This record gives sequence, C-alpha cells and structure tokens, in this order.
Amino acid sequence: MNQRITPKACIEMGIVACFLVFFFVPILNLAIWAITERWQYPSIIPQQFSFAWWVWVFNQTNLVRPIRLSFEFAFIVTIISTLICIPAAYAFARAEFPLKQILYLLYLLPNAFPMIGLYATVAVLFYRINMMGTFIGVVFVQMIQTLMFMVWVPTASFKSVSPTLEDAARDVGASQLQTFWRVTLPLALPGIIVGIIFSFLSSLDEAQGTLIVGIPKYITMPVQMYSLVTDYPGPVGGVFSVLLTAPSIILLLYLRRFLKSNFLSKMY
Amino acid sequence: MPILQLVDLSKEFASGFRVHNINIDVQEGELIVLLGPSGCGKTTILRLVAGFIKPAGGDILIDGRSVISLPPEKRPTAMVFQNYSLWPHMTVYENLAFGLRLRKTPKREIDRQISGALEMVHLCDVTDRYPSQLSGGEQQRVALVRALLIRPRVLLLDEPFSSLDAKLRIQLREEIKSIQEATRTTMLFVTHDQEEAMYLGNTLVVMNQGAIEQAATPLETYDHPRNLFVARFLGEMNCFEFDENNRPLHYLLRDVAVRLPLVIGVRPEDVHLSRRPGPIYGEIQSKVPFGHYIRVVVNTNMGTVMAYYWRDSEGGDDSVISDNVTYVSFSQIHLFQEPLT
Repeated sequence: MNQRITPKACIEMGIVACFLVFFFVPILNLAIWAITERWQYPSIIPQQFSFAWWVWVFNQTNLVRPIRLSFEFAFIVTIISTLICIPAAYAFARAEFPLKQILYLLYLLPNAFPMIGLYATVAVLFYRINMMGTFIGVVFVQMIQTLMFMVWVPTASFKSVSPTLEDAARDVGASQLQTFWRVTLPLALPGIIVGIIFSFLSSLDEAQGTLIVGIPKYITMPVQMYSLVTDYPGPVGGVFSVLLTAPSIILLLYLRRFLKSNFLSKMY
Repeated sequence: MPILQLVDLSKEFASGFRVHNINIDVQEGELIVLLGPSGCGKTTILRLVAGFIKPAGGDILIDGRSVISLPPEKRPTAMVFQNYSLWPHMTVYENLAFGLRLRKTPKREIDRQISGALEMVHLCDVTDRYPSQLSGGEQQRVALVRALLIRPRVLLLDEPFSSLDAKLRIQLREEIKSIQEATRTTMLFVTHDQEEAMYLGNTLVVMNQGAIEQAATPLETYDHPRNLFVARFLGEMNCFEFDENNRPLHYLLRDVAVRLPLVIGVRPEDVHLSRRPGPIYGEIQSKVPFGHYIRVVVNTNMGTVMAYYWRDSEGGDDSVISDNVTYVSFSQIHLFQEPLT
C-alpha cells in the first residue's frame, strides 16, 4: 500500500503534536521537579535527580498532615455520599413522585454557578451555626460537589437495569431488598463505581470550599499548595503535585472500562 | 374447586386503557390460553395474577384464598417472561438456584433438582455458562425451568416464544405441552399466535380491548364463534353484510327470519367450487398456492369470496379451478347479529 504524506496529513500531525506538547509538557515538568535534587537555570534538565525531597517532605509533619487529611476527607465524603445518594438514585430511577424532574435538576445546579460565590454564602451560614473550622463542616462543603456525581451517574446506571429483571427476582420469591441487593446493585455497579471515583477525586481536588471553611485547623493538600509554592523549594511543589495528580490519573485510567457514552444520557 | 379464580377483575390505567369484567375459572392441571391482538389486555391479566399490578376491582383467588393483598414474592405463582429475563450477571446454575436458595433448600437438593429439571428440557452442560452464551431457545428453556423449580401453583407464561423463529417455536410448543401433561402444572399462557393457542389450550379465552369475547375449547371457539371478532381472529372468515339488493344472500337466508344488523360469515374451507350450476357464481380472480392448499379468490355475484382448494395427488386438467368461471356453494355459514366493521 502506498502511503503518501500529503500536506493535509502534515498539518493534522502538526496540530496533534502541538496539542500533545501543550498538554503533557506542564505535567512532565511537575513530574521532573518531583524527582529533582537540584535544578539550576539555565539547564534544560535537572543537574541532579533523586528522591531526596520525597523523604524530606514525609519528614515534615506540617506537610504530612495535609496529605493524610486530604485522603481522610476523600474517603469519608465518598462513603457518606454513597450512603445518602444510592437510595436517592434508585428512587429517581424507579419511583414516580411529584417534582421529580425538578429535584433531579437541583442536584446539577450547584455546579452551574461560580463556586466561590456559593462558598461565601456557605461561610456566612456556617458562621451562624458554628460550623466554621469543623471537620464536619469541611465534609459538608466537599459534598456539594460529590452529590451531583453520586446522584446522576448511579441513576442512569439503575435505569439501565431492566425492570423485568427485578420483576423476575420478586416473582421467584425475593423481597424488594433482596432483589435490590442481588440483582439491581450488581448490575448497576459499573455506573456506581464511576460515581464513586468521580466523588473521590473531586473531594481530593476540592480547594476553594475547604479553604474557606477549613483553615486554619483543617488544611488539605490543594489548600496547602497555595502557600507551598512561595514558602518551599520547587521540588516540594513537584512532590505535592504528583501526590495530588497520581490518584486522578490512576483512577481515571481504571475508569475507562466503565465509561460508556449512553450511561449519562439515560435519565432524559 | 378451581385452583385459580378471577372474579370480576378490572383495572384502569392512566392512559385510559382498561380491563374489565374478567371472570375466569381455572381447574388444576389445566392449560388456559389467553388469546388476542396486541393491546387487548391479556398481559395485563397475567401481571395482575402475578402481583405486579394491583387491580381496581374484583378478586383473585388461588386455592380458594384471595391473593390480591400479597406482593409478587409471596404469591404461589411463577412467570416465564417474553424476553427470558435471565439475570445476566449470574451463571445458569445461579439463575436456577436463586429461588431455591431463598427457600433455604440444602445444596445437594438444589443440585439434584436442577440437573433433573435440565434433563427434562434436554439441556446438558449449561450450568456454568452465562445466559449471553446460550441461544434464544436455550435461554427460554432455562427460564421455564427456573419458574418450574419453585413449584408454583400456577405457571404464567407471557408470550414466551414470540421472540423465537418459527421452527423453534413449534418445537418448544410441543415441549411445553408434554411438560404440562407430565407435571400436571396449571398454566396460564398468553399469546397472539392463534395456531399456538389452538395447539396448546384446553380452554381458549379470546380477548379484545380489555374484555373477554369468548371462553371455550379451541374447536368449539373455532366452529362456533360467538361474535364477528372471534370469527375473524381465529382462522379466516369471509364476511358479507346483509343487503336487501344482494339476491344471492337473500337466497341463502330464504329459510331464516332476517333481523338487522346481520353479517353472514363463511370459512374458506366451507366454500366449495364446482361446475354444477347454482345461484352463486363468479370469475376466478386469483389462485395462490400455499403448500398443501391453494387460496382461490372468486369474484362472485354475492361479493368477493375466498376459498381454500385442497390439492390432491391427482391435480390434472380436470381441476375446476382451471376454469374461468366457477359455481360456489357453502357447507356451513355463520350468522352474526352485528354490523360489519
């Protein structure tokens, strides 16, 4: 076969190359910083590579604490969101009740606004009920983001489970709870896992709300990053960036199995 | 006492579709077929008996006890669904064991029952496979076994063969019939296929638009249809509305006191073509062979008449349908006191 390199193909390859550079170079830069011992301008690559800064970071208790706290919050927020939202998602998928469509849309609304305005309002409310600077306050503020994921995606997932499969289970003698546990949930699990992963990641990344509600007592990784850049040497920022980005990349790669385009459009 | 009784059952849906005046008695060991066009309410009745829908009025009694307050899982019924409804995330074994496990049956007993049941439907070596790895016919057999394993008082079948090809349908039909005769399971079978209904049913219940039109044995329903709907739904029927100007019709009904509205029906197999002169005659319009018979359409002085002309082994040039014009007579006619729609 004759493959001719046409001018059109060249241009297309050029555009893709630019995109790849634009996309990957900053991430690559961070990754390089994370394993740098010493990097002086004007050299293009660091003079010395090592993991020394990783050791240093994990020896600083005031830096380890945000890392630990970030993951603590992420797990707790994800678990609470799951417990609250899965039953709600099932209700949205199967039941009919007044104002159902409006309530469903309501879960999307918080993300339709600039979050900082929302968080400012939350702060005012929290001051009044003494929830500023509390653990549970930060959990609530992070849940604003996760609720959407944990309702929309599992609802579509539950809807994709054919009701006759549930009918068949009840028909042979399973109660509604047994049917949910043994038939509906296993079949909807891929979608639910997608929701859980997105919730986990959004909680890890959540900076603005946590900043407003959490400081000075609860500082998570993203919040710490704001001051990190000025107060600490470059490699420390690199280490933190890798710690923040790595879970996202790993989980999103894992997620590719579950993401199907018809999932999210099932509700309407 | 009948094992299943539907007493004055009715249901109304928000769409306006309603099912009403449903009275059916099913004796133990019977196979009752609910037959009718799409949307006539037969699946609704099945779902009412199974417990997926709550009736608006009336009662459902199984073994003399009312079951309408019971949810599906507590009713002694089992359903075979149109689209098999096998749980795709479970193997065939797990699908079949599901109901038995819920009843805390010991594992050895479960194994024994499952292998016995699969043998009954001629399926081997499928227990470790997933439903998606089976063919349509195999899946439906598994669905049937799944329902039978929980020993229901009434087995409900919702057009179970409609998604299978013709040959498979006939084969499974025969299997169901022999299983029913062997196990004496009471069955309520829903279909829109009249051939299936005629083959399977001890009793045929013909339905239309939410109501029962006729309930009788298949042959009784075919030979003596109660109204025009049943006459035309089961088999073919030539229909002629009584018209004063139609002289041949007048001749046919010369001994009958005519009361309008009146429709005269003749089954194609009751139409006879011959060369012997008579009051009804016409030109042969078309002859379509259907295998063992030929469908002949004759344009008569009474109207268009469709006849089945049996092909015998001789055939030959003497065959009356090779003529242009033929004389038509009827061995049996049906009268319906309703307008032709």
